[in-house]
Amino acid sequence: MATLTLVYFAWVREAIGLDEERIERPASGTTIADLVAALASRGGGYAEALSDSSRLRAALDQRFVPFDDPIGEARELALFPPVTGG
Amino acid sequence: MKRVSIQTADFDAAAELAALEALGGGGVASFTGIVRGEGGLTALELEHYPAMTLPQVQRIADEAMARWPLLGLRVIHRVGPLEPGARIVFVGTASRHRTAALESCAYLIDWLKSHAPFWKKEHFTDGAARWVEARPEDEEKARGWTR
Repeated sequence: MATLTLVYFAWVREAIGLDEERIERPASGTTIADLVAALASRGGGYAEALSDSSRLRAALDQRFVPFDDPIGEARELALFPPVTGG
Repeated sequence: MKRVSIQTADFDAAAELAALEALGGGGVASFTGIVRGEGGLTALELEHYPAMTLPQVQRIADEAMARWPLLGLRVIHRVGPLEPGARIVFVGTASRHRTAALESCAYLIDWLKSHAPFWKKEHFTDGAARWVEARPEDEEKARGWTR
């Protein structure tokens, strides 16, 4: 069974209370937005971190992608706030 | 010469500049970012996405090398806890032409700010801590380079 590693950063990581976790990879047509909505419905810290997707950004296999992209065959999905480096 | 480093250790900006000067191009531009100690800030913590950070910063550096005639490019970005006054980031570029050196340096720092996976958390004397929010004008500056 294919797995998808979810990795979290900054306040997303703090609210959820995990650096990363593995889940069964959803059907390839599932978008990031679909998966994030499903994760938010777990409630608790997931709802706190993931309910408002306008505050979030995503990277699929270490590439920034929009939320309407399908997860496809990716191995890793990262969810985080807009970046603040430099 | 193109070198990119992500590190916890401090760096010697003067030595980095000397290395760029030694390339003989005639022009070196640089930017050094320093932790501001305003409002009772005791530490700035920099988190990053290790699997993505170096490849992403390399891509930004490759873009700069492709866009301007550069002899050298150096990027250093620190991670981990940093005190007020500590150096956070260094961008240096060397070219035969001042416009290329100055513009590529500005491009690199603008793109690092809005397109590299770093997050800053501020810690204060009263024990409070907060994640720095991304500024829309930083994103706008980076987008400006695509026009």
